[in-house]
Amino acid sequence: MENVGSVTVIGGGVAGIQAALELAKLGMLVYLVEEKPSIGGRIIELNCSSCQLEVPMDCSICPVIPKMVECHNHSNIRLLTKTHVTGFSGAVGNFVLSVLKQPRFVHEDRCTGCGACAEKCPVEVFDAFNMVQGKKKAIYFPVPQAFPQIPVIDKENCVHFRNGNCKKCSEVCPTHAIDFSDEDMKIGIESDAVVLATGLSLYDPAAIREYGYKRYKNVITILDLEQMTSIHGLTGGRVVRISDQKKPRRIAFIQCVGSRSRRTGNNFCSGVCCLYTAKDAALVKMLLPETEVYVFYIDLRVFGKGYQELLNKVRNDLGVKYIRGRPGGIWEDPKTKDLIISYENTLIRRAEKLRVDMVVLSPALLPHPSNQKLAEILGLEVDEDGFFKSPNPVASPCDTTLEGVFTCGYCRGPRGIAESATQASAAAARVAETIALTKSRRVKR
Amino acid sequence: MREDNPNQVPRIGVFVCECGANIGNVVNIPEVVENAKKLPGVSFVERDVSLCSSAGVKHVKDAISKNGVDRVVFAACSIKNYGSLLEAACEAAGVNKYLISFANIREQCAWAHYGSPKGATRKAINLVGMAVARVQKSEPLKDLELEVEPSTLIIGGGISGMTAALCLANQGFRVFLVEKEPELGGMLNKLYKLYLTNQSVSEVLSPIIEGVTSHRNIKLFTSASLKEVEGHFGDFEITVSANGGIEKFRVGTIILATGAKVFEPSGMYGYGDKEGIVTQLELEQILKQEKLKRPGKVAMIQCVGARGEEGVPYCSRICCMVAVKNATLIKRLYPDCEVYIIYRDLQTYGKENEEYHAKARELGIRFIEYTPENRPEIIPNGNGKLRVRVYHALLGETLNVDSDLVVLSTPLIQHKGGEEISKMLKVPLGSDGFFREAYMEMQSVALGVNGIYVCGAAQGPKSIDESITQAYAAAAQAASPMLLKRVKIPAITAEVDEERCIGCQLCMDVCPFHAVIFEEGKSMIIEAVCRGCGNCAAGCPSRAISMKGFKDEQILAEVQAAFKGE
Repeated sequence: MENVGSVTVIGGGVAGIQAALELAKLGMLVYLVEEKPSIGGRIIELNCSSCQLEVPMDCSICPVIPKMVECHNHSNIRLLTKTHVTGFSGAVGNFVLSVLKQPRFVHEDRCTGCGACAEKCPVEVFDAFNMVQGKKKAIYFPVPQAFPQIPVIDKENCVHFRNGNCKKCSEVCPTHAIDFSDEDMKIGIESDAVVLATGLSLYDPAAIREYGYKRYKNVITILDLEQMTSIHGLTGGRVVRISDQKKPRRIAFIQCVGSRSRRTGNNFCSGVCCLYTAKDAALVKMLLPETEVYVFYIDLRVFGKGYQELLNKVRNDLGVKYIRGRPGGIWEDPKTKDLIISYENTLIRRAEKLRVDMVVLSPALLPHPSNQKLAEILGLEVDEDGFFKSPNPVASPCDTTLEGVFTCGYCRGPRGIAESATQASAAAARVAETIALTKSRRVKR
Repeated sequence: MREDNPNQVPRIGVFVCECGANIGNVVNIPEVVENAKKLPGVSFVERDVSLCSSAGVKHVKDAISKNGVDRVVFAACSIKNYGSLLEAACEAAGVNKYLISFANIREQCAWAHYGSPKGATRKAINLVGMAVARVQKSEPLKDLELEVEPSTLIIGGGISGMTAALCLANQGFRVFLVEKEPELGGMLNKLYKLYLTNQSVSEVLSPIIEGVTSHRNIKLFTSASLKEVEGHFGDFEITVSANGGIEKFRVGTIILATGAKVFEPSGMYGYGDKEGIVTQLELEQILKQEKLKRPGKVAMIQCVGARGEEGVPYCSRICCMVAVKNATLIKRLYPDCEVYIIYRDLQTYGKENEEYHAKARELGIRFIEYTPENRPEIIPNGNGKLRVRVYHALLGETLNVDSDLVVLSTPLIQHKGGEEISKMLKVPLGSDGFFREAYMEMQSVALGVNGIYVCGAAQGPKSIDESITQAYAAAAQAASPMLLKRVKIPAITAEVDEERCIGCQLCMDVCPFHAVIFEEGKSMIIEAVCRGCGNCAAGCPSRAISMKGFKDEQILAEVQAAFKGE
């Protein structure tokens, strides 16, 4: 079938993937632009084991992997990884985007993803991404379930780029896919419409010094826990204290870390933490039934389908204890590396202390830092937090301040996976509608 | 596709997935592999760390091509997870997807029996044996390809139905919009102003009603009801009663936008007995008609009939924001009035809601948190006011709010009309009463039935912007098959052996989908309508009906393998 239009989707997370697929199914030629070497966004950093729960949910990544594969294989979708937008002109029906594709140093059409290169690479780098995942090579797959399943060379740590003395990966590659001379490539894309799906970034909780993140080993973030409980993670799915690799007997989750807070300026609610904390609290309880689990919260936001039912299960059946209050501080016992949480239980107005083995923080989820720049390039408006603005948040939830440019997912405001996916489908419908109307306008003229 | 030669001995390839540690830590993979190798017809057995990764998919394709097998068994997770991915890999390597069988050794073995690895392994070996026995008797089948009419039926003319209608009509599809009331607009007609913008309802509603009524691609039926839906995805035959007559037309897809109704809190907090106690929906009317007299104090009580034992168990998502909005409107109208919102957990999720909530606090609206153990009560009071007594947990005190008006925030629930549509179209409702989507995470608008989609409050409580969003999403998913004008559906349907059929027509009685017709003394199955439930095959007294993909020989082989050695 001939393409009925062409669309650029910016951001290859769950929203961008769903939007691209939906547009492809509507007969559009889709350019999916992703700045990282793999599509999948934040969700592929999440765990791969939580479907062990008898609760209405899957592994974090289960719903998305088949979509990633479909997206990668769809004949209407052109995947541009390691790519970002540098220029933009035109109007609805004939936008022109300039993008810059950064070098991967691996030929995408030659590589078979066999992984021989990564095996032979002599360099081991500490993965700065988080404290759990550990080491990676200088040529590596970004994540175990990466799409495309093509490795990327980390130029800073690669011996070849440092002193020219190593070509091991190139030597073992059966398809001669390694290309050290790969360089930046400028590409122009003509598009009838644009869908923004730039997603989110995590607030760094180290800024809240009294919680001791990055100072106390046993204070981790929920993302660290997700990695720890992943079958692909360093501990192979076991939950342990970072300080001594021992099973924690008491774990406390703290919600709204840096969100709903005037101090950090992030006044908004991230919209998803209450649910995923309940999920991960349940997961810990399933993996370690003897472990006591506490959750500190302000309001329990259970507004979605099945959320209240999940919360009931977690509290009543699994025995997770919920405490209303935002802790004032955490101290580490220097000998045991245990943590002492000081808080006020606001429902009984009592200041209390709780000694735990491990603390898991739910940091605020912020809009992606690239939004500001992207808004300048595209001539769009973002609000003071960096979310893209809609001309009318009630009647036109997918639209932006520029005709022909639409949003979906977290870049418009906090939302979870299900809503991001629904919004992505919605944005695709708006694109199809807009292109149809633009064409009929042209015919009339 | 490879030719299937009945005389040829089946050659079966078996893949055993470790799913990282997920299966491998419990089920003894080498033992499963060794046992599978001994099974008749098996030409190779290979293990893989993770079949769903792209390396795994490649492994499957390569091994099939290398070994030239014509049937495949996957011992892995549930077919529901990656079934379609692995089927596609087999088809690419030349194996018909109906010549594949799955042994679920993750959910049904590793997880169900994670405390007993030996038992889990024994069960896994058994399941693989059954799948191998079954796949030997399988036959290649072809998916049905249906033509799709580029037209859609939308049931419900509220904001969701109208949004979907206009979006599809603008793309050139023919739309039939059926509304049971004389007016379009649905629930919004009963509302006053909308959060987040405090716009009056007409500002949002009027342009879309204008668009829908004037669009040449939209055929509108008001004061209408759906009488009958026959046919199948691609070609539904619709009968609607409207304007005192009966209208019939054909559509390719159907979108349900039947909305919801508000729970009536009869007998709760004295609603219905005492003056001055209303629901939020009634308050909207009072405000709209400018009938609210200057009250001294207003108390709003949240979660009345929600999140608990009385009424419904779920959170209705929008009531907190509705209360905050109506409180704001009252406070703007009468700045001296004291407005209290007595809540459990304030569901002002996200950014815009939270901002709206913060502004409400700045306006001086008071928020009092209660817990389910300490619900507020309305107690008798001589001064003609409604005394709301509530334990303020944050203060540790019991407060009395002598109110002129008490507003109860009650949840949205499914209505009778929605239940009737569910029965007529045979689409399932969830335990909360709303239409149950195919898959919450990624497919909130698709239903379990091909060609039928859902949006708006019919799927669960949601705000106006969320309903509009979902309506667009439903429009996108309905548009896709209508654009391609064809769609594939699974070949698992019933089949009548004419020789054996005695014409008793029992199958017609037991078929819930009207998929059986009777011609020249014999029953016939309309494949496109058949959903493969098997009722007819089970009921047939002369064993004339069999289920493609689930033939007796396949099932018996599986059963025999299960009891081998017992």
